[in-house]
Amino acid sequence: MTKNVDAIVVGGGIHGCSTALHLCLAGLKPVLIEKDYAGRHASGVNAGGVRQLARHVPEIPLSIRSMGIWEKISGLLDDDCSFESHGQVLVAEDEEELAICRARVAELNALGFTHEELIDATELRRLVPAVAETCPGGVVSRRDGAANPAQATTAFRRKAEQLGATVREGVAAGNIRYNDGLWHVDVGTDTYAAPVLVNAAGAWAGRIAAALGEPVPVETVAPMLMITSRVPHFIDPVVILRGRKLSFKQFKNGTVLIGGGHLATPDQDRNETVLDWKSLATSAQTVFELFPVMRSATIVRAWAGIEAKMKDDLPVFGPSSRHKGLYHQFGFSLHGFQLGPGAGAVMAELIVNGGSQTRVSDLGIDRFHPSTL
Amino acid sequence: MTVAPKREAYDVVVIGAGPAGLAAAATAAEAGLSTLLLDENVGPGGQVFRAISSTPVTERNQLGADYWVGADLVQALHASGAEIIHRATVWSLDRNLEIAVSIGGASAFVKAKRVILATGALERPFPIPGWTLPGVMTAGAAQTMLKSSALVPDGRTVIAGQGPLLWLLAAQILRLGGRIDRILDTTKRGNYFAALPHAFAFLTSPYFAKGLSMMREVKAKVQVVSGVTELAASGDGQLASVSYVAGGKRETIPADLLLLHQGVVPNVNLAMAAGIEHRWDDLQLCWSPVLDASGNSSVAGIAIAGDGAGIGGANAAVVRGRIAARAAVEALAPAAAAKLPAMATLRSDLARAERGRVFLDTLFRPARQFRIPSGDTIVCRCEEVTAKDVLDSVAIGATGPNQLKSYRRTGMGPCQGRLCGLTVTELMAQARGKSPQEIGYYRLRAPVKPITLAELAAVPKSEADIKAVVRG
Repeated sequence: MTKNVDAIVVGGGIHGCSTALHLCLAGLKPVLIEKDYAGRHASGVNAGGVRQLARHVPEIPLSIRSMGIWEKISGLLDDDCSFESHGQVLVAEDEEELAICRARVAELNALGFTHEELIDATELRRLVPAVAETCPGGVVSRRDGAANPAQATTAFRRKAEQLGATVREGVAAGNIRYNDGLWHVDVGTDTYAAPVLVNAAGAWAGRIAAALGEPVPVETVAPMLMITSRVPHFIDPVVILRGRKLSFKQFKNGTVLIGGGHLATPDQDRNETVLDWKSLATSAQTVFELFPVMRSATIVRAWAGIEAKMKDDLPVFGPSSRHKGLYHQFGFSLHGFQLGPGAGAVMAELIVNGGSQTRVSDLGIDRFHPSTL
Repeated sequence: MTVAPKREAYDVVVIGAGPAGLAAAATAAEAGLSTLLLDENVGPGGQVFRAISSTPVTERNQLGADYWVGADLVQALHASGAEIIHRATVWSLDRNLEIAVSIGGASAFVKAKRVILATGALERPFPIPGWTLPGVMTAGAAQTMLKSSALVPDGRTVIAGQGPLLWLLAAQILRLGGRIDRILDTTKRGNYFAALPHAFAFLTSPYFAKGLSMMREVKAKVQVVSGVTELAASGDGQLASVSYVAGGKRETIPADLLLLHQGVVPNVNLAMAAGIEHRWDDLQLCWSPVLDASGNSSVAGIAIAGDGAGIGGANAAVVRGRIAARAAVEALAPAAAAKLPAMATLRSDLARAERGRVFLDTLFRPARQFRIPSGDTIVCRCEEVTAKDVLDSVAIGATGPNQLKSYRRTGMGPCQGRLCGLTVTELMAQARGKSPQEIGYYRLRAPVKPITLAELAAVPKSEADIKAVVRG
């Protein structure tokens, strides 16, 4: 049976759920289709960093927009998503790295962005007392923080459903097609039809785009994370390194999350990943060197979420360059979680109003079109 | 002394040196395959033959003739030429058959052409009110102390639960001069009728005569209360009393030690973390791997033998170990397989060893109220999550164990769900009106046993990883 709705959102990650929620807030009745369950992949199992720090310039406006929503997340979702704001700190391990930080902050300031702030060794030590003495400084983004990714993604899904979205989990969106002015998508024996289709299918979005005639340079990746047993509280902000692949965050319960972007081997069709312990050992060694307090902690679990990474590390965000009513929202390239709330809000504006005050024009799929290359 | 594996790659790596692992490793090595046996304990034997090479108990009948069968298996293994490493904790296994093992505080990686998992069984959780109090422990833990150190309880001791191991433990404690004040038998009365159709097979199995004489031996010395329908431990920071209901009558007795046991279930953690498909077993009420007749799992190259393949007991475990090893030999060195007992012979040995199992499974199928707790009873010990907490999370949208993690952190503690997983699955299934199969289980992750950051940091790195990577 064909069910008519206002929009079809494919993908139940934080992006799809946020877009579905914001469409509801704009008065639309969307359907959200998720082949597994909301937050099953990268959105539910990422490091939970809510970070404006160290972003590519084209996505900074979206990140700032998102930050404003994170800071009022309880009011939007009736769920605090365990969001906390203790800042994020980028550590320079030597003078050369600090010089790069200085240039970066100057560049952002020239563009009118002030969220990143250069800090010296004293301020670094005040923010991150456990860091090795040899680090000369870094950059802080003080409003940044972290949230619980599975809790947040689930909260977006729940609120969207409360506001009237239909949520279909456990069955993949199939046979996506456009006819008679409407997008049609099969879900099991049901068919949904709507004037709007949002492709927010994460690691699976590239296939959808390609099938609709818009192939993009995207690969499936699985960044690894590991978590330790509880150790005494010693750090508040999230810490990332300038020169090495490491991110580091201690939770309220004392456990420490170690990430940074070393990759597992994804097996997308099985929903599985095979971890690369030799790379995780590199992360462990970096932590061992920089945070002596961590040396006796135990690693209790490691995992990786499956997601899409673009060749230029920028998301594909905005209307299709070929089809009416089709919108893309994928390819967040290991840094999409913080953008979720803002991207959903902006996507709803693009769909409902045809435009947004938030600048996203550098993120469109047309940047890959042969005519623009 | 720390011994690292001698090679980086083996034909066969067997994990676990209980009955299945001992038999599998000996069979593979005898056939000429390079074979490594990794085992977590200080000596061979697993749980059933624990401390077989070192036990201080010398009077053979105190531990029973079945125990000493383990000595022959160990002898065969030593004669086979298999490489054996004890105190070796395997903490990762993946579908590329890459194994990470911690030995004496250092980790090594080995690769195998075939892996035989023989990681055995765990005791089923027994989540009654007060089960986390000091003074309450599992029967298995008590048996470990008994076998390895000849330690038996001397305070006021109550044993509660059901199943063959419970009676065996009671008999062993009594033979070694330990004290048992009362045994509370939780076997559901209806189970006797349900098991009746399977009784013939059981009566003609070796379990029958042995089981009956053991129960007689125990009942002659200890008061046994049968038909227990409710059970709770209480005390202020320490077990003080056990209360129970039997035949509609409630009684409370003082106790210093309560030993709980309601059967064993496959230890699935390493197998699940390797990506092996499991299904809910409605009779044994646990997850069992999906295996073919030779023990091969859904992951190419990994076979499972012993109780980890589904509870079958020690005799069946030995045969399953031989079958899995024979299958490995057939695949890797077909010519050598001719020297081994024929597969048909092994399969009929297995059928004989498994005789009576359905009767036992049916008779000792634990009652719902002892598997699915309610109210303030703790479900997850690591994070102190109660049954009510789980139900509250279901009410606001947690649909399965993996979603529950984000609400309550269940299964995310050091035990990785070993003490709460089955309870969580069944509790959520009941709350949502679904089958345990539909509800599913925690996705398990390596390290299957925790390793220190320092140990991981010391693992040799690849060249590409050592080079600094500049952030984009």
